[in-house]
Amino acid sequence: MLLDGKVPSGPIKEKWDKHRFELKLVNPANKRKFDIIVVGTGLAGGSAAATLGELGYNVKAFCFQDSPRRAHSIAAQGGINAAKNYPNDGDSIWRLFYDTVKGGDFRAREANVYRLAQISNHIIDHCVAQGIPFARDYGGLLANRSFGGAQVSRTFYARGQTGQQLLLGCYSSLMRQVAAGKVTMYPRREMLDVVIVNGHAKGILVRNLITGQLERHAADAVVLATGGYGNVFFLSTNAMGSNVTAAYRAYLKGAFFANPCFTQIHPTCIPVHGTYQSKLTLMSESLRNDGRVWVPQKADDKRPPQQIPENERDYFLERKYPSFGNLVPRDVASRNAKQQCDAGKGVGSTKLAVYLDFADAIKRDGRAVIERKYGNLFEMYEKITGEDPYTTPMMIYPAVHYTMGGLWVDYNLMSNIPGLFVIGEANFSDHGANRLGASALMQGLADGYFVLPYTIGGYLAGTPKLNPATSSPEFEASERAVQAQVNKLLSIKGQRTVDDFHRQLGLIMWEYCGMSRNNAGLEKAKGLIQNLRAEFWQNVTVPGNEKDFNQSLERAGRVADFLEFAELMIIDALERQESCGGHFNEAYQTPENEALRNDEKYCHVAAWEYKGTGKAPELHKEPLVFENVHLTQRSYK
Amino acid sequence: MSKHINLTLKVWRQKNQKEKGHFETISAPDISTEMSFLEMLDVVNEKLTLAGKEPIAFDHDCREGICGMCGAVVNGRPHGALKGTTLCQLHMRHFNDGDTIAIEPFRAMAFKIIKDLTVDRSAFDKIIQAGGYISVNAGGAQDANALPVPQDKAELAMDAAQCIGCGACVAACPNAAAMLFVSAKVSQFALLPQGRPEAARRAIAMVREMDRQGFGNCTNEAECEAECPKQISITNIARLNREFFKASFGSAVK
Repeated sequence: MLLDGKVPSGPIKEKWDKHRFELKLVNPANKRKFDIIVVGTGLAGGSAAATLGELGYNVKAFCFQDSPRRAHSIAAQGGINAAKNYPNDGDSIWRLFYDTVKGGDFRAREANVYRLAQISNHIIDHCVAQGIPFARDYGGLLANRSFGGAQVSRTFYARGQTGQQLLLGCYSSLMRQVAAGKVTMYPRREMLDVVIVNGHAKGILVRNLITGQLERHAADAVVLATGGYGNVFFLSTNAMGSNVTAAYRAYLKGAFFANPCFTQIHPTCIPVHGTYQSKLTLMSESLRNDGRVWVPQKADDKRPPQQIPENERDYFLERKYPSFGNLVPRDVASRNAKQQCDAGKGVGSTKLAVYLDFADAIKRDGRAVIERKYGNLFEMYEKITGEDPYTTPMMIYPAVHYTMGGLWVDYNLMSNIPGLFVIGEANFSDHGANRLGASALMQGLADGYFVLPYTIGGYLAGTPKLNPATSSPEFEASERAVQAQVNKLLSIKGQRTVDDFHRQLGLIMWEYCGMSRNNAGLEKAKGLIQNLRAEFWQNVTVPGNEKDFNQSLERAGRVADFLEFAELMIIDALERQESCGGHFNEAYQTPENEALRNDEKYCHVAAWEYKGTGKAPELHKEPLVFENVHLTQRSYK
Repeated sequence: MSKHINLTLKVWRQKNQKEKGHFETISAPDISTEMSFLEMLDVVNEKLTLAGKEPIAFDHDCREGICGMCGAVVNGRPHGALKGTTLCQLHMRHFNDGDTIAIEPFRAMAFKIIKDLTVDRSAFDKIIQAGGYISVNAGGAQDANALPVPQDKAELAMDAAQCIGCGACVAACPNAAAMLFVSAKVSQFALLPQGRPEAARRAIAMVREMDRQGFGNCTNEAECEAECPKQISITNIARLNREFFKASFGSAVK
């Protein structure tokens, strides 16, 4: 089946305006008759819930954390892009659109990306009005910096805590709606099922994480803003609680999962240092503005960095990509770091690291300037590693950071299940096979503040109202299935902990479905995952009981889903016999070891439909058409 | 360089809000000094689980010091003794072989214990609901550069805005006051032109809600500033007091 993205007709610059006019409206007095569920309160979910409340809908917002202010958007460091062109350096909506399509290696939907670039400017206006303390120049106007994959400075930032400030802004707006009675907040709830009535998403089933009670919630539409699935690798820059469960359970109910193999490995993270390690910490990409990436020219050079003279260092990004230098896109930077380490030039005790050196920048600008720009990042590095990056070069290595794949949505951000909307990182639509830096915050807020609030109205106005009761057979069945799984997890009482399985799954995924992939490895991983999953259901131990605050049980449910979802990632990676962006199949590369696309066969979105336990999922394709940015081999030389 | 140390933990165990809690002694042998404090707890929990015991319940999420979800009182200090550091970023290299470490939840009347080290901080959300926002709906804001903000003011606002809402200030205060938390949000908006129109209402409403939630009063102990992992200054409390008095005596807000 060919999927229809429902992209409006007409010139790309006019599509969104035209579509907004054509969408049916819900009369202001009628909005209060509609209930909307929003799951997840990060930048996408928080902004959507607040905005829907402002419009007059009744919103129920859910998050697994103790407060919506904790969502992992908060950890985004570097910044948010917008096509304001305040620095007068040649930026425009068209250039942001172009950079994003190209950066995504031509696997995103053009019309969505153009809309994102158009909206980017409104986001900055709104965030400033909310009182977000963005960095400013001496004259009091907003400051910008540059980021990977772009040759203009279009990134707005609040020190190294941009995500925090944007999230707290949207949390403030959300709390204002809670106070106004338009949003009811349900924290410490985990969504465990989507309830479908008459083919439409009309509710969810959640577990109250404090009491263990299963709760039923009905609504006229359901919005998933549940983030990405990077934790399938166990070690990632995601928060410990980030998971695929909500998205995966929607997939089990018939929502298509698009491009699951598209994962982003971020080049600048603190390297792994022990087997007990619980997560990896990102060092913002903004550091590549001033830091220079290098390795020793000779393999196995054991000298400390300061003793390696300039002419025996290889600044490999500057050498290979003279025009973008250290600011090449993330996938390119990560792959190059891996190539250097594979060639034996890695540094540090594990040899899985490269240097990120600020010596030149400190010499040029002075320590005070560098401290003002990156002080909190340097401090964080020192806290974790015990080393001072002002005097010793940082050691960095790529780590799993973001997932471009997600539930398939059309131009309205609605999945193939009517009434089920998916926004932010949880959907697939805007970043193609690789996301550019400072674009995740932009997309989350664009979806939540400015896209979904319009398109959901179109759905609500054009669909007969159902008012489903939570006592209906659909809710009954859903609760029974969820209860059965909870009982099963607690009854196995095996010999291995949940984390133990999760770690092993992560190692398999990193080894065979990480920065570079090959068919033999992927086939092998598939078998390994199947075996591990079988063992999990025989031998996992989950202490405690269900009607209690039970963090082991929470994790067990998430890992059970990761164990299934991992196989879908492998299937998708095997199906896509090309390299593009973050998906690098070793069989398909240019003579310079860059990703080599196959546009004739794979210029499409791969959307997978669940067909039942033990059955192969069915592939549906949405062809991607590039009418405005023409398909070319990416070059950052 | 990494080494391994042996520790004895005295951990607060409490089944739920209603039951009484107690300290439990748990040994934590062979802990790498490269671990974070929470990774040390992970290792202890894995062992408890395999021994058929209940692991220690503790809140945590980002593990990079920004989400504000983690926190416990370690040897009498919220987030431990290292300055400007959340519990997740405190590393075991700051402890010595043979140490005994007391680990307790953040204690305050307004923070009810859920289980072990996990507490309910929803009172903070209620305070923000009372006025910790600027009333602007999405759509139609003027150009972001239409209203310049002096750089020094923006920097001060950012200093205050860094608050992660962890509650360490409350746990550190002998009165369990939430003044540092409230003052950080009031200051952020009071310093920016966008926040001025509602400044009076905000200061009064947030202080009233703080009282209603059962937090104590400020008696200038400055423990909050000493323990704040984001090193938020108590000058913000002075600003909150000025805003509150101005609003009480000089505005129409009741």
